Amino acid sequence: MLEAAFKGTKKYWSWLIFLLAIIGVAFACYIYQFQEGLRITGMSRDVSWGFYIAQFTYLVGVAASGVMVALPYYIHDYKAFGRITVLGEFLAIAAVVMCLLFIFVDLGNPVRIMNVIMYPTPHSILFWDMIVLNVYLILNVLVGWNVLSAESKGVHYAKWVKVLAYVSIPWAFSIHTVTAFLYAGLPGRHFWLSAIMAARFLSSAFCSGPALLILICLIVRKVSKFDPGKEQIRTLAGIVAYAMLINVFFYLLEVFTVFYSQIPEGMHPYIYLFKGLEGHGIMVPWMWTATFFAVLSLILLVVPATRRNEETLVVACVSVIIATWIDKGLSLLIGGFTPNPFNRVTEYWPTKPEFMIALGVYAVGALILTVLFKIAIAVKEEVRG
Amino acid sequence: MYDGGKIITGLIIGLGLLFSPFIYNAGKTAKPPEPVLTKKAKQAKECVAPKTFMKEWHMQLLDKWRSEVVRDNKRYYRPRDLASKMTLDQDIMDQWRYFVSTGKRHYIPADDKIYKKSLEETCFDCHSNKSKFCDECHNYMGVKPYCWDCHIVPKEPKEKE
Amino acid sequence: MAIDRREFLKIAGASAVLALGGKEVVDILVPGEVEASMKELPIGQGKRWAMVVDTTKMDSNLINKCREVCHHIHNVPDLDSPKEEIKWIWEDDYEHTFPDQENEYVAEKIEKGVFPLLCNQCTNPPCCRVCPTQATWQREDGIVLIDEHRCIGCRFCMAACPYGSRSFNWGDPRRVMTDDRLKKLNPDFPTNADYPTRTKGVVEKCTFCEERLAEGKIPACVEAADKIRKGALVFGDLADPQSEVRKVLRERYSIRRKPELGTGPNIFYTI
Repeated sequence: MLEAAFKGTKKYWSWLIFLLAIIGVAFACYIYQFQEGLRITGMSRDVSWGFYIAQFTYLVGVAASGVMVALPYYIHDYKAFGRITVLGEFLAIAAVVMCLLFIFVDLGNPVRIMNVIMYPTPHSILFWDMIVLNVYLILNVLVGWNVLSAESKGVHYAKWVKVLAYVSIPWAFSIHTVTAFLYAGLPGRHFWLSAIMAARFLSSAFCSGPALLILICLIVRKVSKFDPGKEQIRTLAGIVAYAMLINVFFYLLEVFTVFYSQIPEGMHPYIYLFKGLEGHGIMVPWMWTATFFAVLSLILLVVPATRRNEETLVVACVSVIIATWIDKGLSLLIGGFTPNPFNRVTEYWPTKPEFMIALGVYAVGALILTVLFKIAIAVKEEVRG
Repeated sequence: MYDGGKIITGLIIGLGLLFSPFIYNAGKTAKPPEPVLTKKAKQAKECVAPKTFMKEWHMQLLDKWRSEVVRDNKRYYRPRDLASKMTLDQDIMDQWRYFVSTGKRHYIPADDKIYKKSLEETCFDCHSNKSKFCDECHNYMGVKPYCWDCHIVPKEPKEKE
Repeated sequence: MAIDRREFLKIAGASAVLALGGKEVVDILVPGEVEASMKELPIGQGKRWAMVVDTTKMDSNLINKCREVCHHIHNVPDLDSPKEEIKWIWEDDYEHTFPDQENEYVAEKIEKGVFPLLCNQCTNPPCCRVCPTQATWQREDGIVLIDEHRCIGCRFCMAACPYGSRSFNWGDPRRVMTDDRLKKLNPDFPTNADYPTRTKGVVEKCTFCEERLAEGKIPACVEAADKIRKGALVFGDLADPQSEVRKVLRERYSIRRKPELGTGPNIFYTI
């Protein structure tokens, strides 16, 4: 099946070369960071986690969203999704690889990364995060590859593959819950200290991931002979709609608790994000942009006509991704560290090398996604003649 | 051979690259290391452990010392304990290493000394000439211990001899 | 069962020794470990180290001296950058030391006062809970330490600390020796050749001068503060009812930073 990745149109190869170019530049930036240290990023003593960890958090969500395709198919026998479970699993693989890369580039001492395995620490959530993410990656590789391989040979996949597929469903929930636990158990960070963090993470994952999958499926339909299917896209759109509703609802729940209780420590991060605090307000335009796109996406997704129309659906999906990315991939981290434990504001913004390295990791993910999807599409095109 | 020309050319280039360091250094010999003992080291006669042991296992000893000082706050070392009945696994390792490097089962140091587990304070007290002692073998072997990224190399005194 | 003289002497000796101090003495007799017999000073074997800050005796000059001494003996570089700064002990005002004590009408002396901030060496430290490699851990005597050999620089501990006590080496601290501007601020770096510097990519913080405690000395900041004003900083073992810290805390009302978080901070501020 792998040989399908080496046979492609000019467009395919230009896309791959474009990605490799970005990866090359990003790698050079990473060498610079490896030598100089993380001081080349925008992170500081007060905002000690930044863009890298934020992207990691967002992508764990995208990875977990594979379950939104697997669950209806394996548990509820929704046969229509049988066409695209592999696509969901491959998206999850690309996302998890990006997650691991983002953690790696964020480490101050990456050469010591094996310490996490050599000195296992069950009371540390990061330890469990490492385990669940890596196991999830293995699960998706095994299930995705074997299911696709069986499809290409025209046989049913082996029984053990189904067992692993069943395991991967609760496991997907676990990876994002554990990631949420990284934040939700820290006593000093009131922006994160909320029981609903895990639920918010999951709901945000289950709208952003499938939204991304819808967009990718529409691209697949355009550039290849394989059509993921109108019904499949419709169902996914319904999932995105419900998940986004729940996501926005959960966010508003947080806002209520914070502002009705009027506790300053709770309010300050939100005020900083949406209004500005002590003269600092770099996040304000971003937050209101996110709000706009969130509302827009909800309207387009809830109204059946716009949800069923694939053109407006694209707008809706893009809006979901913008809104959830700003929420999770930007404001979550910044809000947690602002204001600092001394009630002062230290602003954070990623620097150019930092952004370039992040872009490089995204390019690696896009590369893996392209190659895997190329293989999947080649198989499905062949099977369907 | 199908594509024979390409294969043979590729082989020659590949093997050439692979063996290039040996070809470059053919006929030359590297200068063997000659570590120099300071006056104080010569006077002390014995290190914290016998020479053959230290030559092979000084890094393991330092690694053990590091864990014991940093994590367990156990800052002193008594060479006589290498001989007595051991209950800790790590000391059994030392005993085994001593046996392997010297052929003897028990090490009884001449006097009952107690040392502070510190590279800078104990080791460098005698071996204060890092560039002529430690670096001699390290450079020969191409080993660059990264200890000195943090730990500060004591200034080498000007040797009179 | 008949017991011969040799056996009897062995048992008698062992009993006497155990009676004298239990675990501490067993440690002495365990092969290889002889610290306690080497330096038998009362300060060496604490159970819960703590510090009491007499805020009525604080001023910028004193806190600055403490910071200078601490940073000097621990090779903490002056990076002249709020973004990358490394600080083990520093000064701040009431509003920012105790942000949870919202009080518009706090006493004038307190409002204008200055306070030293350092790692609280918590009894229930969240930083140790989250560290994935146990590079930061709590020792038996309560001190929260960092094993700079093991730290992978993930900075989870910095996120977990509610007090902002931890600093990260965003770059190589030794660059102050080569950078033109920083060379002037750090002329003698490293200022203490008997203590290591750190490397880039690891976290550091106040260690209650554990290397000095091992030799029976009190932390450097306490020593320096004492020279300026007696009793400004008091250090001791909370587990010992007769210690100075316990005496001071019995007599004076004290507050701690963010006690409601359950971290059990061990820096007490008497007001």
